[in-house]
Amino acid sequence: MAKHHVTTTINGDPVEFLCEPEQTLLDVLRDELGLTGSKEGCASGDCGACSVMVDDRLVCSCLVLGVEVDESTVETIEGMADGDKLHPLQQKFLEEAALQCGICTPGFLIAARALLVKNPDPTETEVRYWLAGNLCRCTGYDKIIRSVLDVASEMKRA
Amino acid sequence: MTTALIGQPISRVDGRRKVTGAATYVAEFQAPGLVHGAIVRSTVANGRIASIDSSAAQQAPGVIAVLTHQNAPKLAYRAHKGAPDPGIGERLHVLQADRVSHQGQPVALVIAEGLEQAVHAAMLVRVTYAPEAAITDIARAEPVPLTPPSETRRGDPDGALAAAEVKLGQTYVIPRENHNPIEMHATIASWDGDSLTLWDKTQWVHNVADEIAAVFGIPARNVRVISPFVGGAFGSALRTWPHVTLAALGARVAGRPVKIMLSRREMYYGTGFRPHTVQRVALGASRDGRLGAILHNGDQETSTYEEFTEALLNATGFLHSCPNVNTRHRLAPMNVHTPTYMRGPGEASGIFAIESAMDELAVALNIDPVELRLRNEPEQDEFRQLPFSSRSTRECYQAAAERFGWSRRNSEPRSMRDGRQLIGWGMATATYGAGRAPASAMARLLPDGTAEVASAASDMGPGTWTSMTQVAAETLGLPIERVRFTLGDTRLPRAPVHGGSITMASVGSAVQAACRKAREDALARGGGTNDVTEAMRRIGQPVEASVDSTPGDESQRFSMHAFGAVFVEVAVDPDLGETRVRRIVGAYGAGRIVNPKLARSQCVGGMIGGIGMALMEHSVVDGRNGRVSNANFAEYAVPVHADAPPVMDVIFVEEHDPHVNPLGVKGVGEIAMVGVAPAITNAIFHATGKRIRELPVTPDKLL
Repeated sequence: MAKHHVTTTINGDPVEFLCEPEQTLLDVLRDELGLTGSKEGCASGDCGACSVMVDDRLVCSCLVLGVEVDESTVETIEGMADGDKLHPLQQKFLEEAALQCGICTPGFLIAARALLVKNPDPTETEVRYWLAGNLCRCTGYDKIIRSVLDVASEMKRA
Repeated sequence: MTTALIGQPISRVDGRRKVTGAATYVAEFQAPGLVHGAIVRSTVANGRIASIDSSAAQQAPGVIAVLTHQNAPKLAYRAHKGAPDPGIGERLHVLQADRVSHQGQPVALVIAEGLEQAVHAAMLVRVTYAPEAAITDIARAEPVPLTPPSETRRGDPDGALAAAEVKLGQTYVIPRENHNPIEMHATIASWDGDSLTLWDKTQWVHNVADEIAAVFGIPARNVRVISPFVGGAFGSALRTWPHVTLAALGARVAGRPVKIMLSRREMYYGTGFRPHTVQRVALGASRDGRLGAILHNGDQETSTYEEFTEALLNATGFLHSCPNVNTRHRLAPMNVHTPTYMRGPGEASGIFAIESAMDELAVALNIDPVELRLRNEPEQDEFRQLPFSSRSTRECYQAAAERFGWSRRNSEPRSMRDGRQLIGWGMATATYGAGRAPASAMARLLPDGTAEVASAASDMGPGTWTSMTQVAAETLGLPIERVRFTLGDTRLPRAPVHGGSITMASVGSAVQAACRKAREDALARGGGTNDVTEAMRRIGQPVEASVDSTPGDESQRFSMHAFGAVFVEVAVDPDLGETRVRRIVGAYGAGRIVNPKLARSQCVGGMIGGIGMALMEHSVVDGRNGRVSNANFAEYAVPVHADAPPVMDVIFVEEHDPHVNPLGVKGVGEIAMVGVAPAITNAIFHATGKRIRELPVTPDKLL
């Protein structure tokens, strides 16, 4: 079967790629485009390590086909910092030890940013349930919750 | 000297790479011409392969080779035992014979240009079996003594139990659990003549090199193993599993680099697990709460080809004072793949039984659980008849109880409520050995006042990169940003296995020694200055020191362990049987804490692991065929954000241990997992009056 030609925007840059019809967006990002910040933890939409934004919607990129993002906008962890300047969530995660091995971290950051865009002033319960789709086996979660709440209140003050 | 860095809450030096997605884990390395491997796995638990038809697979698009026991090269499989390998038995040999000993055993390997092509072709391989009766349920297995038998006895345990004023005996069961790191295991293998490069998810690069060299019959120096970032492991990456051999084998046959990345489902069939254990504990005590007898027997599953044992009963001999103790450890060989160490191995399981039984004794005696433990606090290790290098249990009980508010506890079960929720408070003691192994490190000071420090250690998440950089910078007398630490490559000085909470003690001591020597050399040659930066400017060329650091005889003179106490509050819904952990307070005497920020993170992570162990985690094995019926993240429940208690408090009590190692550290990774599960089940008893002795405590057990 012929490869499909896909035209998209990734992290603000126009990108074209060829992919097999059965290739997931996660595999396209990692294997075809070298954007390996999105991680594979299950390939079944259970762990959230592959979280990216497609047209401002939070998705598991392991459950999206590459061909589906034709004419769409994709945002990944590689586009989260502004050059050398980390996003406040990235900075806070780093300072508060809200990461350990780091494999789940990109997914958490993408999901947390999506929450704050949708709901800039979340309650602790809202943070917990929004991020319940992202699994972590190292950190114990509590520092992640605090980091997201802290950034929300700092962004509100700013 | 710069200001002290050891003991400071420094943020992760590798943090920036991790929050930007720039950290490269094994599956992300590129090798020119890389192709993919997919493993065909046995669908029976015992028997022989009757036939394999790989013709359809061989003709599928993109397929380069299909390897089975009929056509795979015969491998040398020279004898090799690494520290995490069971001492008795022989590792699984892959694709060497028609024998199948467990469900999920590799029976064929497909190499194809693309990953999807390999996975598709693997489904086309037709295998038939001559199945034989299999034992996959510990209830039907016949436990046998270890080789040699592991039974300890002091005093007259049977007589003391018979004569005790108060006695109890119960059975405690922990099911199989899987580590489930979020990163799946992956290996990339690339041959250049007789030399092999492996990018592998591992907690010990040198052992991978040694083992693969033994398997292929080549010198270990021909194998380079690279593993900079490890996306969690918790023990699953201690051993070198069959898929690593398969990747190297596939690459040799294909003549191209091969990548094998296990699926989440495959992680339940080839990377070990915490073994299912059945423990029987009998306690005898006087009415005033002095232990007179402890009898602790443990049976544990293992494979038919290796005797995997963990230190299931070790702590029983020294945790509490008791003149009459008997422990007996047996194994149940079953048609499963070999279990392995999982966070807090041995102690996490054994102490669940002992600390549950102690709580039952406290209830029977109507003595406060903390008070009962204080009345049985030993003066020395009564098993080995040695002094403790340090032991801060009393301080831990006190600090954690005070922070928790334990004195307000009403000891009566079902006496505390919050609305319709039943509230329970429980506690348990924790301990884990403070080990140390030989390690080597290199420190190189450069004329520009920076330094490179290296050891082939691993960092699966606790913060090895950061803590070693702290030790190195403080010892060298340089600001932390001028020191670069490197790990995870067999070209670096040898480090021991990254497990058992020994990394800081072992590699840290080596890093400290190498940096001390480099600094002394630099100052000796630097023309009288005491400023290492100035000395290096004057010397104008690198000053390098390599040190092999080995433990002395301290472990023969002292009993060396970290100790802790865990206090928990649960809320149990009386109608739904759902348990929520509301608060955990853990106090630990773990020697010197190199980085309180990262150590606290480790402990909180261990607490969450303990919540999983107590309430959720269970690899459900189908006793008919050995299949794991929940081999995925949707059905193997692990704690999520919504399960994390709102209050998680970690206290490190002040502890100076001059004996344990040069840094005075004991490690926290394992002990953080220990004691959490019994503290939770003890709290559940306090909340509900129901004693649950089989984990996990799912709602059905409370209804």
